[in-house]
Amino acid sequence: MNIYVLMKRTFDTEEKIVIENGRVSDDGVNFIINPYDEFAIEEAIKLKDAHGGEVTVVTVGSEDAEKELRTALAMGCDKAVLISTEDVEDTDQWSTAEILAAYFKDKSFDIILGGNVSNDNGTGQIGPRLAEKLGIPHVSTIVKLEINGNQATIERDAEGDTEIIEASLPLLVTAQQGLNEPRYPSLPGIMKAKKKPLEVLELDDLDLDEDDVEAKTETVEVFLPPKKQAGRILEGDADSQAKELVRLLKSEAKVI
Amino acid sequence: MHFELTDEQKILQKMIREFAEEEVAPGAIERDRTKTFPKEIFKKLGELGILGLPFPEKYGGGGADTISFAIVVEELSRACGSTGITYSAHVSLGGAPLNLFGTEEQKQKYLIPICTGEALGAFGLTEPGAGSDAGGTETEAREDGDEWVINGSKCFITNASYAKVVPITAVTGKKDGKKEITAIIVPTDSPGFSIDEPYDKMGLNASNTTQLFFEDVRVPKENILGKRGEGFKQFLITLDGGRIGIGAMAVGIAQAAYEKALAYAKERKQFGSPLSKFQVIQFKLADMAMKIELARMMVYKAAWLKDQGKKFTKEAAMCKLYASEVCMEICRDAIQIHGGNGYMQEYEVERYMRDAKLLEIGEGTSEVQRMVISREIGC
Ligand SMILES: Cc1cc2nc3c(=O)[nH]c(=O)nc-3n(C[C@H](O)[C@H](O)[C@H](O)COP(=O)(O)OP(=O)(O)OC[C@H]3O[C@@H](n4cnc5c(N)ncnc54)[C@H](O)[C@@H]3O)c2cc1C
Repeated sequence: MNIYVLMKRTFDTEEKIVIENGRVSDDGVNFIINPYDEFAIEEAIKLKDAHGGEVTVVTVGSEDAEKELRTALAMGCDKAVLISTEDVEDTDQWSTAEILAAYFKDKSFDIILGGNVSNDNGTGQIGPRLAEKLGIPHVSTIVKLEINGNQATIERDAEGDTEIIEASLPLLVTAQQGLNEPRYPSLPGIMKAKKKPLEVLELDDLDLDEDDVEAKTETVEVFLPPKKQAGRILEGDADSQAKELVRLLKSEAKVI
Repeated sequence: MHFELTDEQKILQKMIREFAEEEVAPGAIERDRTKTFPKEIFKKLGELGILGLPFPEKYGGGGADTISFAIVVEELSRACGSTGITYSAHVSLGGAPLNLFGTEEQKQKYLIPICTGEALGAFGLTEPGAGSDAGGTETEAREDGDEWVINGSKCFITNASYAKVVPITAVTGKKDGKKEITAIIVPTDSPGFSIDEPYDKMGLNASNTTQLFFEDVRVPKENILGKRGEGFKQFLITLDGGRIGIGAMAVGIAQAAYEKALAYAKERKQFGSPLSKFQVIQFKLADMAMKIELARMMVYKAAWLKDQGKKFTKEAAMCKLYASEVCMEICRDAIQIHGGNGYMQEYEVERYMRDAKLLEIGEGTSEVQRMVISREIGC
């Protein structure tokens, strides 16, 4: 089975967000594999264990992502690909999907797995956009995956309910929490990871120009959410509380 | 010169930190209270290939360096001191002498189970009459045909209840009026060999510390570790490596105490403000952060020297001495910052202090470290 995983290097979930010169500062920040992508990596390795084949983990971004790729290799992926966008001034979800589509153009694959969202931008666009460009079906927020021959049976988280979906390969899926419990990379895995192939590609290698992938969107302003105000507890019986709430929503919050 | 860990070291650090937080920390208070050995944790560490970390791959080891060893000891100790010492002794006292001085056959037979986690490693040096003066060994091994016959006892031995073999030091004769000390590998199931009930200790309660007795224990001649008469030299070399482990343990426990104290100081309010706004408390925390940073640097430096194949006796003694002493200071201050809560088991800092005290004693007391350093600087 030819298995691919899309992986993004993101801020550690415990990092505090600091804005400097209109951008989120990454000074001294700890980076990790996007947690949802970790589920995708785990699932890919399980698929390989069950069906044989090879897992290639692909990232688009800066060359610092090598450490996260090595971690994926240490967990059990076979090959890694880093597509560097260091020369591009501004990228967005459209750019990333465009670059990935160019990469996959001449690849043969049975399944591509990604995270359902990244924990930084949280747009959840890359998987669906890429599937669309490649002309293959996609299922997002999956919590269970079974593959039999050419058929996949998938359980998908639908806002708390579960949808059961059947799809045929080649297929793209994005992982939701609950899909699996990602393994710890073992020490032999870590030691072997540095000997596994890690290919660094420039846009050139994909026949792309920087202009081809310049962001379609423009960031106008970056700001932190307003500090949460202290809450207010309404008094009295349910009836008068409801009345008071409606009054406040109208006159104070002015939302209705 | 640069101060960055390699990618492998960083990946390992992240992995073992997550493992320690998820698998080791949760039961630490309970294991301390009930004196329960962390058996399940060691099974998992074995599966992750951590137990043979620095040993060659052909014996089932991980082929990693001493800095990686220090990283693992620090992270485990940050979660649970007992788990830290068990691991540190397993690798640096149990596995290392076999790897350094053992024959090919001995490594096949005894090092492989240590790497796979089938057995834990232990090392028997200390005796009731021979502690700091470890050369004062009284345990005897007499030749009888093609066997050694061992009589005597060892005390304070870590991990022995979980070991298949314990290399011990014994007097095998006299040379120029001096005791000839030889290390001999003793299978723990030998007739005449017995292990006492574990001691009741001040701390490190989930670790295994026992007394060993030898009554006409017979082992084959080939169980000699390395060469006859080299036992003294061997344990000095073994302890050099072990001290890096104790230093790393101290950094881990100190880090845990500091983190708890910092978090508590930010949260606890008295006189209308968080403790962390009082300068007296701030300075305590600043000192803690500084001491930990310095101790960790010294541990890494000693480990690095060892990895480079350079002499590291002095640096190992320095890192062990400095890290263990600042660890005690930091634990004491962490309790102080917690006030009455610090005295309660639930807040963990009291356990850290009880665990930390051993670090100023084991593998050479602070006084012995100062003696080693004095010798190294030419006094
Ligand atoms: C929990 C635990 C685990 C241990 N694990 C092991 C193990 O796995 N294997 C093993 O072999 N041993 C082990 N030990 C033993 C440990 O290494 C010894 O306890 C230590 O070396 C000190 O020896 P001692 O207890 O006999 O103290 P002593 O040597 O009697 O020392 C008592 C005091 O006198 C001081 N002192 C001694 N000589 C001098 C001197 N010349 N100048 C100034 N001061 C001096 C010491 O520094 C100390 O303060 C362990 C001990 C403990 C508590």
